[in-house]
Amino acid sequence: MAAISLKHIVKRYGTGKTAVQVIHDVSAEIGDGEFVVIVGPSGCGKSTLLRMVAGLEEITSGTISIGTRVVNDLEPAERDIAMVFQNYALYPHMTVFDNMAYGLKIARVPKDEIRARVEKAADILELRPYLERKPRALSGGQRQRVAMGRAIVRQPQVFLFHEPLSNLDAKLRAQTRLEIQKLHRELGITSLFVTHDQVEAMTLAQRMLVMNGGVMEQFGTPAEVYNTPASTFVASFIGSPPMNLLKHAPGAGLDTILGIRPEHLEVGNEGWPLIVEGIELLGAERLLYCRLQDEALIVRIQEEQQAPKVGETIYAKPRADRIHLFDALTGLRI
Amino acid sequence: MIERRPVLTILSHLVLLLGVLIVAFPVYVTIVASTQTTAQITQAIPMSLVPGDNMLQTYRLALFGGETESGGRIAPAWPMMWVSLVTALLISVGKIVISMLSAFAIVYFRFPFRGLVFWMIFITLMLPVEVRIGPTYEVVSNLGMLNSYAGLTIPLIASATATFLFRQFFLTVPDELVEAARMDGASPMRFFWDILLPLSRTSIAALFVIQFIYGWNQYLWPLLVTTNESMYPVVMGIRRLISGDAYTEWNVVMATAMLAMLPPALVVVLMQKWFVKGLVDSEK
Repeated sequence: MAAISLKHIVKRYGTGKTAVQVIHDVSAEIGDGEFVVIVGPSGCGKSTLLRMVAGLEEITSGTISIGTRVVNDLEPAERDIAMVFQNYALYPHMTVFDNMAYGLKIARVPKDEIRARVEKAADILELRPYLERKPRALSGGQRQRVAMGRAIVRQPQVFLFHEPLSNLDAKLRAQTRLEIQKLHRELGITSLFVTHDQVEAMTLAQRMLVMNGGVMEQFGTPAEVYNTPASTFVASFIGSPPMNLLKHAPGAGLDTILGIRPEHLEVGNEGWPLIVEGIELLGAERLLYCRLQDEALIVRIQEEQQAPKVGETIYAKPRADRIHLFDALTGLRI
Repeated sequence: MIERRPVLTILSHLVLLLGVLIVAFPVYVTIVASTQTTAQITQAIPMSLVPGDNMLQTYRLALFGGETESGGRIAPAWPMMWVSLVTALLISVGKIVISMLSAFAIVYFRFPFRGLVFWMIFITLMLPVEVRIGPTYEVVSNLGMLNSYAGLTIPLIASATATFLFRQFFLTVPDELVEAARMDGASPMRFFWDILLPLSRTSIAALFVIQFIYGWNQYLWPLLVTTNESMYPVVMGIRRLISGDAYTEWNVVMATAMLAMLPPALVVVLMQKWFVKGLVDSEK
């Protein structure tokens, strides 16, 4: 177990005039035993960042430290880390046991210790009955667990997860999410988890690193990111449906964007006049797609509340303590 | 399948039967001729298609050599078969090893002039043995490799086609697998041995069959490079049995031809198991 320190990480592909910079000066301190999720849309640089920590990509400038060591020049196998890949990356011709044992075999760990470690990991992940099977005889969820088992047996200082749930169906995803949480509670190993799914981020993270276009927009707990987003990007990325961002909200100044989450608009007799353009019933709640003058707005109301009709005008007041103001030019929180 | 036009089915079967007959008939004639005596072959016109009773004697003569009834001397075929076997094995194994390592280097490593090297290998496809035979003979002769297994195999042992085959296969191996192996601490050669090689089993089996037959059937190059009878491959042996002026023992010729056909056929049959296994084993 060790802390991870990212200092002024920059990643550039190519040299000279045709160089493309994909990560712009990212710095973060991840505590020992912390579960940090790196989340962001496609192309934001999260995978590249993870791969730099793993040693699969060169670091253009900046330093990455795991524990007390600077690992910039170390091979992946020397960094005392383990990675779980999106497509599991299991060795197809080896049994589950051999897959998990491979890294230890290369490290010349004695046979009985290999057996002990593999069996212990198999017990944690409920893979005991499958140890002699080959990957092609396993389901997706089982394969993912083997991939995690392979990482666990190495007893590393850091776990790296690269979108491990993306290839699973929705139900299995929820199940595996819980298993990962359980694993972290039991083993307490520092973990970096990359995903584009904000639900995974919100549910798994102790702290979230939100990235956009190679820049770290915010690094905080899920509550912080949800309740006090640092920029319009974070505000609209986290939360489903996304936060309403209004340029011409009544009461807001010029050059200010007002943000209010759909659930923080109280429908009543007073407030902003909104024309209802569409209604979606989600079961326990309703989403009202409205228009305020020229801007679109989403309001979330409980299922028991009176449902308006399309075309009606309703009045909604934003909760004063839940209004977010952002600078219109920079997008940053005011 | 719903048979809508029985005529087409009958027609296709007829065509296939015809094809089988055309291919199989010469082999059948060879087998029958090898069971008769030379007198029976040459004197009966057309040659009888019924198997004779001279099989054992003919094959013994072909394999171990000796004197024929008409006083001719037959060289034994079994040493020549041994030469052919060693040559074919050396060539096929050598080609596979060299081309796998080349493809491995080209796909997984970045080194200066990588593109140039790749194109140079490609260009050698324009230079089959026949085109470069003169200079190659001179080099082999100067190195004193005439009449040796080295001379028979080394000039034929590099293969651009095999390199390409393996290159294409290696490109289909997912990058994540390579990265997982790196994470596990596997060195490049370790990765090659533990992961790439087992995954390449089907390609290796396919190439082995093709290259073995190629090596076994080599005629022009051994003809040039060997003058010592003990280093003749069996395909040369067959040719030498057919002499224009002296009396040709046709039954022995046919028997030797059959003997020469057996090992490649055996290789194909045995390797088929590997092919099928490889196909069934293919992972997702």
